[in-house]
Amino acid sequence: MMRGITKRIGSIKFSCVSPDEIRKMSATKIITADTYDDEGYPIEMGLMDPHMGVIEPGLRCKTCGCKVDECPGHFGHIDLAMPVIHVGFIKDIKLMLESTCRSCGRLMLTADQIEVRRSNMSGMKDLGSGTIDIKNFSKETAKDASTRGVCPYCGAEQIKIKLDKPTTFREVDDNHKLTPKEVRERLERITDEDLRTLGMDPATCRPEWMILTALAVPPVTVRPSITLDSGDRSEDDLTHKLVDVLRINQRLRENRDTGAPQLIVEDLWELLQYHVTTYYDNQTSGIPPARHRSGRPLKTLAQRLKGKEGRFRSNLSGKRVNFSARTVISPDPMLSINEVGVPEKAARELTVPVHVNEHNLAKIREMVARGPEPSGTEAYLPGVNYVIRSDGRRIRVTPRNAEEVSSNVEIDYTVERQLVDGDVVLFNRQPSLHRMSMMAHRVRIMDGRTFRFNLCDCPPYNADFDGDEMNLHVLQSDEARAEARILMQVQENILSPRYGGPIIGAIHDHITGAYFLTHDNPRFDRFEAMNILSKLPDIEVPEPYKDDAGKEYWTGKQIFSIVLPKDFRTTFKSSICQNCKDCRRDACEFDAYVKIRNGELLCGTIDAKGIGNSKGKVLDRIARDYGSERAAKFINEVTRLALGALMNHGFSTGIGDEDIPDEAALEIADFNQECINKVSELVESYQEGTLEQMPGRSLRETLEVEVMKVLGLARDQAGRVAGKHLGMENPAVIMARAGARGSMLNLSQMAGCVGQQAVRGERLSRGYWDRTLPHFQKGDLGAYARGFCSNSYKSGLNPTEFFFHAMGGREGLVDTAVRTSRSGYMQRRLVSALEDLKLTNDGTVRNTVGTVVQFKYGEDGVDPARTVRGKAIDLDDLFAEVLGDEANVMLHMDDRDVGDDYGSREKDEMEYSEEEESEDYEELDSDYEGGGE
Amino acid sequence: MATDNISFNVLKHVLVPEHHLLSEGEAEEILNNMGMTRDQLPKVRNNDAGVKVLESIHGPIAEGRVVRIVRKSETAQEFVAYRLVTKG
Repeated sequence: MMRGITKRIGSIKFSCVSPDEIRKMSATKIITADTYDDEGYPIEMGLMDPHMGVIEPGLRCKTCGCKVDECPGHFGHIDLAMPVIHVGFIKDIKLMLESTCRSCGRLMLTADQIEVRRSNMSGMKDLGSGTIDIKNFSKETAKDASTRGVCPYCGAEQIKIKLDKPTTFREVDDNHKLTPKEVRERLERITDEDLRTLGMDPATCRPEWMILTALAVPPVTVRPSITLDSGDRSEDDLTHKLVDVLRINQRLRENRDTGAPQLIVEDLWELLQYHVTTYYDNQTSGIPPARHRSGRPLKTLAQRLKGKEGRFRSNLSGKRVNFSARTVISPDPMLSINEVGVPEKAARELTVPVHVNEHNLAKIREMVARGPEPSGTEAYLPGVNYVIRSDGRRIRVTPRNAEEVSSNVEIDYTVERQLVDGDVVLFNRQPSLHRMSMMAHRVRIMDGRTFRFNLCDCPPYNADFDGDEMNLHVLQSDEARAEARILMQVQENILSPRYGGPIIGAIHDHITGAYFLTHDNPRFDRFEAMNILSKLPDIEVPEPYKDDAGKEYWTGKQIFSIVLPKDFRTTFKSSICQNCKDCRRDACEFDAYVKIRNGELLCGTIDAKGIGNSKGKVLDRIARDYGSERAAKFINEVTRLALGALMNHGFSTGIGDEDIPDEAALEIADFNQECINKVSELVESYQEGTLEQMPGRSLRETLEVEVMKVLGLARDQAGRVAGKHLGMENPAVIMARAGARGSMLNLSQMAGCVGQQAVRGERLSRGYWDRTLPHFQKGDLGAYARGFCSNSYKSGLNPTEFFFHAMGGREGLVDTAVRTSRSGYMQRRLVSALEDLKLTNDGTVRNTVGTVVQFKYGEDGVDPARTVRGKAIDLDDLFAEVLGDEANVMLHMDDRDVGDDYGSREKDEMEYSEEEESEDYEELDSDYEGGGE
Repeated sequence: MATDNISFNVLKHVLVPEHHLLSEGEAEEILNNMGMTRDQLPKVRNNDAGVKVLESIHGPIAEGRVVRIVRKSETAQEFVAYRLVTKG
């Protein structure tokens, strides 16, 4: 393939086009509003004149003689009978009218002032000010000049000019309307020197060009007409608008030439102005948009460019791509976190270009000979869809011509080979909110029709399997593949740059499984142990222990230790830790003190704090100290082990898990009643005025605070009582405590009491006059009347409670709907502001111009993905490494609060949104799908 | 110190970082060390409250002078930035 010399664009300059230029570049003058004659041929000097390019295949352009896809199209022009103002420049025109003298046309600043301004302007350019700064500065110059009432040169008194939106200028004192003609005359008088002071380059743009005397007519290729099935022609919106302009232009000219009354000419002139204005922008405020016969507003020039569906955002910044696929996703725990399962049907469509050389020629010929649909063998064999010859010609391979094409394949050809296992592809789920929303995976061709991936990859994509779809892109060059593998592969993204902890890790059942594997160190006989270990590829089975009867057994902690690196050490408290006052460490009665030495789990339970996503300390440590490859291996193995253990144990949960004994229910009910009575007392004392006011609050606020406190207590107590009766052998409790799913709060709401409902953080108060529902007395401030639910989800809410609960739930829904749209727009603006910044080799953050934005990235030059919870180094960890076990004692590490989980607050918010709003996300998803119009 | 032409010294406020006016020599040296030209520096307007305080101390500050700003940073305890004075 030939390649030209690569050239760089140094700069681009946009400017106005002069009427002369419009006429010069015009291929034809347009004079008639008719488009086609009776035979259906375009009329010469009409809007569809063949000089302006061709849209019908077979015809040739009358200007350049090229066929459809070769002719770029040529502009035409309309000579306007009277000048009209261009809406796009209305602000500039106004500024210039105001800042120059109405009689002599000079900029109304003294020579000294102009001198100062000009030197400032050149100074700004030297100091690297952008065009925007200079524009603002010249605007200021104009503003300064316009405040002067008298011209310093000719002494003429100035009359204030007002702009009647969108396009009419008026002199304020006598209400005299300035016609575009007059405006143009004034602008013509401004000298070139003054224009330079106003920040304009008179060589490329004179202000009078902003008043149109000739209208450029875009080529027909820009506004193609469509032939409907019925044979009728349907014209483009722009053509419709130009027809309007031409018609009025014609009438205006006739009326003016025949000497029609001034009034009629002026009316037509204004109408022409309206049509030209809407031709440029059909959403100009102040005038009604021009409409199609059906009532739909026309899509004119500005509408083609603006907004999400405009040329810029939908065609230039964003493009549709080939070599991509989209389908439903489903889970497969036996895949590596780096893999993605691709259905065969998709794999046969997606291709990778392979260059033919002397080494692979024979193999490629064999592959081409298989054709695009190899069959016969059980195993998947890649075929070839296209062969590209050295001269760039593409040949489609079909089952019929496969043999022939294959024998013609030569060195230097390129063939488009179908996907095979191990190909690098990008995998993505919308909304792509962070960089982990698009990661590189290795292909695994599989049966079925869905994309499949490991469950641990769900959190970064925020994916679930309730119908989610995802996109896949096949990389086409070696550079792209290498870059994706090094920077984007899943294992390189285990540590999140958001909070310096793992975002990929065990979830849900993996954690429950790990709990069953390690908690209280269960014993497994040979059969069970082998069952669990069979999930792992090539491992060395450790020596079994022998019990008193001489029977072999393996312990859970022993099995878990297999997947740890051999020299691994760490110490932490697991998720089930009860936070006892005096930690008994190794002897912890809950087995919550995790101690790993030399790759052996000595004590403690592995749960969410050990291997969970975003919290897992073991995971975090391995990813940081042993590299991404080891971490990926660990995640793969530990999750399989955990699932093996879980399957061995068996696990199930149900509504029965929230059963509590009658006496416990009674205890909760009693305490609730007690609290409700207390509330009544509070309300009474409030009404009698004996309630003691809190500082800084009104009496009413004091009451609310007190009541909330009491009712909060009620729910906590109910949770405590319920928790007491739901022991660690309860599956729901295991999940909550181990951090797999759900929380103790969820459980206490199911088993004990739902608690106070709130809107905007306050008890419910709105609805009817002085009461929430007609079931209550007016002015009742008691617990039940203001949204306290003493029942549990399991016992069932009574009607008023149910209604209150719905009120509280509604707030959550509204909040999220508002939040997603608002944060989406915020993110868009932030991205637009930051998209061109990059980190340079000297550690500075700069934009594309080279201006420094930050003298050192993040002020410390540290990659947040390589930090420990945002800190560049973890001192405790260093001490532990140097001092060994003594460090814990010497530095009282165990007694110190181990600190929150990585980004626990964010995590909480995410979980909140996950649980309460998952449906909303689905809707967003489908929105994306139907993105057409 | 001629601080009478400003009503309030913002530099004394806890939330405002330290501002120092660099001499031409210092500025040149720092720019050289960083391998930057003046036009690549971030800008500060000469009507900025902080620059006004500096002006009350050093007299009028011409465009093109460099101000050193030392601020407390969450990640690095202290962070030094430079800004170029421009017309406001």
